[in-house]
Amino acid sequence: MSTSVKKVLTQPLLLNNPIAVQILGVCSALAVTTSLNVTLVMCMALISVTACSNFAISLIRNHIPGNIRIIVQMTIIASLVIVVDQVLKAYAYEISKQLSVFVGLIITNCIVMGRAEAFAMKNPPGLSFLDGIGNGLGYSVVLIFVAVFRELLGSGSLFGFEILPLVTNGGWYYSNGLLLLPPSAFFIIGLFIWASRTLIPSQVEAADFKIQPNTETSGAH
Amino acid sequence: MSAKNDSIQKTIMVAVLLCLVCSIIVAGAAVSLKPIQVKNKLEDKKKNILAAAGLLVADKSIAEQFKQVTTRIVNLETGQYADEAELEKLAQAGYPVATFDQKKLAKDPKFSEKLSGSEDPASIKRQADYAAVYLVEKEGEVDRIILPVHGYGLWSTLYGFVALQGNAETIAGLGFYSHAETPGLGGEIDNPSWKAMWEGKEVYDDAGKVAIDVIKGKVDPASPKADNQIDGLSGATLTSKGVSNLVQFWLGEQGFAAYLAGFKGQGV
Repeated sequence: MSTSVKKVLTQPLLLNNPIAVQILGVCSALAVTTSLNVTLVMCMALISVTACSNFAISLIRNHIPGNIRIIVQMTIIASLVIVVDQVLKAYAYEISKQLSVFVGLIITNCIVMGRAEAFAMKNPPGLSFLDGIGNGLGYSVVLIFVAVFRELLGSGSLFGFEILPLVTNGGWYYSNGLLLLPPSAFFIIGLFIWASRTLIPSQVEAADFKIQPNTETSGAH
Repeated sequence: MSAKNDSIQKTIMVAVLLCLVCSIIVAGAAVSLKPIQVKNKLEDKKKNILAAAGLLVADKSIAEQFKQVTTRIVNLETGQYADEAELEKLAQAGYPVATFDQKKLAKDPKFSEKLSGSEDPASIKRQADYAAVYLVEKEGEVDRIILPVHGYGLWSTLYGFVALQGNAETIAGLGFYSHAETPGLGGEIDNPSWKAMWEGKEVYDDAGKVAIDVIKGKVDPASPKADNQIDGLSGATLTSKGVSNLVQFWLGEQGFAAYLAGFKGQGV
């Protein structure tokens, strides 16, 4: 039991990371990673939603009719997300304004739904809860990695504290505006995936097909 | 999953029960957290009013800083402060001074007018008959007049405040608290260095007409109109145009012109 607990918690961190290996939940990884403060709140929101939805779904998994199971999962996830959104609006108003629509979009985050369907429907509540935390942490690892790069090189600060003094404030660092725009997260996630596959070769899946070398067909052009 | 679970009765029962439980949880959270959220919203608005006027300091509570601000309700048509009877009427309809909500008022047919076509350069569709203005006094004289403004940019309605100096002619600051323009382009209306350009600009030209304008490109300091012009945001022509329109609209005849004329009469 204890080994499986450990496996459930640590595997999603790197070995089976939801973003880097399964390429799930990339949308919000692009949107909320311009500053570390916002990123951390988003990660906490996602961890709590994934863990609680996994727990709740696992609790009633033996009573969920197969033909409406996706709807049941969505209802539970959506309710939890609304609760999280309300709590943020009440206790972290500034950050909730920056996260704006992306808290609501946790509903459509494939990680939450994916874990509910793939894990919570088949495993007991305790283990499912931990699986939710594990995958939420896996998501967080990538988001924090991306956010550190984007905030440091894009605005010259970390957690809002100035690290590289900007030219506009009389320093020497010319900020890289691209890193504040969503596409830059694609590059950084791409680099993350490259690094993680180089370090853990087992992540590289066998090719489904082989691209043929270009051949000249007579009269094709 | 056993076949038993897939019977119609069980399916309906699970669906109904689940919906009940979830709705209770959601409603419970929404209702119990509402008071704190309302307080946050109000605080945020006060913070934006202070920020627009350039009075916001970090180390004091918002409530304390807001004590220097007086909120008055203005009848936009007459340009006068709303009298007792009007205030009473507004309060009864659910718009007391303390939590005056102009956004809601503009949707209330009893207290708003429909604008159409050429009357509506800021694309706001309906305009409220009353507006809340915020005054900051210093040594018995009005030092800052903070006016709520809103209008359409490129993607969204921009809500913000324009602060004027006591002479009601010079801009003291501007800030938007709610918009959904493209970050990095139109979203640059939040950029402090752009907002700083507004400071000290004159609203009216020599003939007394509203002349403040966000132009395309950079303002030529040698131009006679330089005092009325603000640099446009590059890559955000439509947002700049929207800001220009809405500031002109709210400071013009249909907006606060009648009210502001009262200040000029005082000859500050």
